[in-house]
Amino acid sequence: MSDAPAPAKRTNRINLEITQYRGSKTTLCAGCGHNAITERIIDAFFEMGVDPKRVLKLSGIGCSSKSPAYFLNPSHGFNSVHGRMPSVATGAILANKNMLAIGVSGDGDTGAIGIGQFVHLMRRNLPLIYIIEDNGCYGLTKGQFSPTADLGSKAKNGVVNDLPPIDTCALAIELGASLVARSFSGDKKQLSAVLKAAIAHRGTSMIDVISPCVTFNDHEGSTKSYSYVKDHDEPLGEISFVPYFEDISVEYEAGSTTQVKMHDGSHLFLRKLAEDYNPSDKITAMRMLHETNRRGEFATGIIYIEPDKDDFVGSLNLVDEPLAFLPTERTRPGKAVLDEIMESLR
Amino acid sequence: MSVPVTATEPASAGAQSVVLNDFSIQIATVNGSGSQTANLVLLRSLFQMGIPVSGKNLFPSNIAGLPTWFTIRASHRGYVARKKEIDFLVAMNAETAKDDVMSLEPGRAVVYDAPLKLDELRSDLIFYPVPFDKIVAEVCPDAKLRRLVKNMIYDGILAELLSIELAEMEKALSKQLGRKPKAMALNMGALEGGKKYAAEHLTKRDPYKVGRLDKTTGQILVEGNAAAAMGCMFAGVTVVGWYPITPSSSLPETLIGYMRKYRMDKDGKATFAIVQAEDEIAALGMVVGASWAGARSMTSTSGPGISLMSEFSGLAYYAEVPAVVFDIQRVGPSTGLPTRTAQADLLFVAHNSHGDTKQVMLLPASVEECYQMSMDAFDLAERLQTIIYVMSDLDLGMNTWMSQPFKYPEKPLDRGKVLDEAKVRELGASWGRYKDVDGDGIPWRSVPGTNTPAFFTRGSGHNEMAQYTERPDDYVKNLNRLNRKFETAKSIIPQPIVDRDPAAKVGIIAFGSSDFAVGESRDQLREEAGIKTSYLRIRAYPFTANVDEFIRQHDRIYVVEQNRDAQMLKLLLIDGEARHAVKLRSVLHYNGLPIDARSITDGILEQEKDQR
Repeated sequence: MSDAPAPAKRTNRINLEITQYRGSKTTLCAGCGHNAITERIIDAFFEMGVDPKRVLKLSGIGCSSKSPAYFLNPSHGFNSVHGRMPSVATGAILANKNMLAIGVSGDGDTGAIGIGQFVHLMRRNLPLIYIIEDNGCYGLTKGQFSPTADLGSKAKNGVVNDLPPIDTCALAIELGASLVARSFSGDKKQLSAVLKAAIAHRGTSMIDVISPCVTFNDHEGSTKSYSYVKDHDEPLGEISFVPYFEDISVEYEAGSTTQVKMHDGSHLFLRKLAEDYNPSDKITAMRMLHETNRRGEFATGIIYIEPDKDDFVGSLNLVDEPLAFLPTERTRPGKAVLDEIMESLR
Repeated sequence: MSVPVTATEPASAGAQSVVLNDFSIQIATVNGSGSQTANLVLLRSLFQMGIPVSGKNLFPSNIAGLPTWFTIRASHRGYVARKKEIDFLVAMNAETAKDDVMSLEPGRAVVYDAPLKLDELRSDLIFYPVPFDKIVAEVCPDAKLRRLVKNMIYDGILAELLSIELAEMEKALSKQLGRKPKAMALNMGALEGGKKYAAEHLTKRDPYKVGRLDKTTGQILVEGNAAAAMGCMFAGVTVVGWYPITPSSSLPETLIGYMRKYRMDKDGKATFAIVQAEDEIAALGMVVGASWAGARSMTSTSGPGISLMSEFSGLAYYAEVPAVVFDIQRVGPSTGLPTRTAQADLLFVAHNSHGDTKQVMLLPASVEECYQMSMDAFDLAERLQTIIYVMSDLDLGMNTWMSQPFKYPEKPLDRGKVLDEAKVRELGASWGRYKDVDGDGIPWRSVPGTNTPAFFTRGSGHNEMAQYTERPDDYVKNLNRLNRKFETAKSIIPQPIVDRDPAAKVGIIAFGSSDFAVGESRDQLREEAGIKTSYLRIRAYPFTANVDEFIRQHDRIYVVEQNRDAQMLKLLLIDGEARHAVKLRSVLHYNGLPIDARSITDGILEQEKDQR
């Protein structure tokens, strides 16, 4: 052993380098919030030591939905149909429940064409990390409003949005998602902690990430511009995530911090700021969303969490092995079964 | 050995001739009145007496209150298609009774609820008035239960009038109610009460009669949707996404029943996941996701659902994801007549999606084929890495058919070209998800969760290595390979069944549930008009070479189908040899009822007039 070892390449707990978590080169605009989210996803999966071969990446259609190509190259990915990623993810997870699935959607992909599937995905609490890269507009088709655009927000061409927005977090809480968060693509620390919590969580993690569109929605009058978001972001508190494979070394003041034990043994420490906020209570969460909304602000952080809620796969009472890999002996009943059915029809 | 005696003409009232084991019975009731038990007992008792039968439920889109008809055909010749003429009417529904009676041919028989006074309508029919309420009051003291057993009385009446053995009716009844002794006793009382009334008060004046035969020995009675459900289970299906729609729902629902019974592991856990989706888009989305992740997956729907599935249908075609989709066809559109049958989704499904899309269709013509082709569909879907549409219909799927018992599958499952570690070593770095290494247009796919290389799945914007591209030459190359794959399909899909008469100038092409009526029509053409015919039954799309050969061998080809627009004929014109166009003629049936032989025969004879 040398006294002065050469600087080793940084590896994670399963001895993979960060390059294993990268994807193809992004084709999105320079400065797009989505690229920052991609970076956080890469970091979170790397730091959590998730084997990319155990990950499924899914998306619908839109700028956001292109991004799964930009992270986790060793993972299988599926760029599916506009607004229909939840169903594809559902099928894939049913086929192989041992995979960790991450779906990336946009505000149009979720709130407009995909609202039906979104609603039922939340209702099922399918084990899936569902990220909305939310910029309030359609990028690929050149800047039309999406259903998350705020009432009165101004488009680049001067048109003012005259419909109220859909609050995807409120919907998700109402419908049954068991981890609901909102974050900002520019808040590196918070988004990383939220993503890690989502990786540790079993059930639907619905994360609405405000992600400004630098090309079509970053101007004066827009409520999804970088400057507007920075001015109106109201973090619920500081989030510290301690994965199950690390010791809890930090001491937290009792009373000011809520501790949540996650499904996989990880811990979330939510240090309260101004208000006494309990993210495990639906009514509190909904009231907080409405109140911040009334003030023209938006709350970010873990808005709601129910770590032990039954998820959809659990409710199906499936065998332990992935359905996709069951051998014929277990999926094709024997001749006696056919004979029995035939006899019943005579 | 019994030799059936058949009069070719039904006798007029009072005549003594006998029509043995060759007639149709129509029972007209009100939807929701609980007639299904009585109708199935009637059907089953004839079947148990060895007489070939078929049963068709002509029902409204309604839960209760609208008219419904159940038709039973008995045929010593084994004809099981719908018979156009009704020979024996049981008129229980005041609302339709008049129309039902007026539509009968002279000489036919009518059992009716006496207060309806139907005998006043016509003098050329044989009427049997029955005071149902009076009889039911005698056999069922509890007034609340009378509604449930009233229908069983007409079974008793028919047992007496048609000489159906009461013991067989009892056996058939016990098959349905055997576990409920109280209901059994009540219904038997009604059966006997009906029979006794007929024996004491009705004088047999119609010619129809049944006599024991031996033509159903060993056979089963089953609906096509149940047969398809069995096929799916024995094909090893593991993930099902579905959305309720008539006439498809009974397929997944029957499948759920079978799977819960026969596909639970020893520890009580399920080897399957069946999900009722939020709509048909999600149903196929789930199937595509599951198949992509390596599961055997299917959905079942009908025309409106197929419309909603169109976008995923195209994605699966281009991304080359296996899937099995059942289309239990009905007449269109969404708010059309959802409980009436048709074969009218062919053209739509053959090219189901936008862009250049060609879909593989299997065309089952019997319950046995519903079972067999369900298994074939999964093998073909995984072999060809595309959607396989199984095109059944309401008549096949929801009605009751006789069949030889199904055979246990002997072939192992064909899971297609899925990379394993050995294949990865063999192909090495040259593996590309969309690379045609075998010359059949079918690439090797890798499945998530295995120790094989991953790839990114998209529609058509990819090169052989599954990398994103918009290059014109890559796009053309990919489309041409998909065409090669479609050609490969021709050699592995079910081949047509050809019955060629070398002396025949007339050829008939048909498919699916028209088959039984075509067989009967060919007999009529030969026996009544001296016309010999050959017959080719198409069992899958794309068409195989022998379809063109068959057309070449005959002067005139009648394409028989259950739609208005001659959809199969048009597909033949699109894909076949153009010079054949002048030979192709249509016989079309599209009134929502199952096709019958007489309509086919009349349709062919009308056009054959030109040849004389």
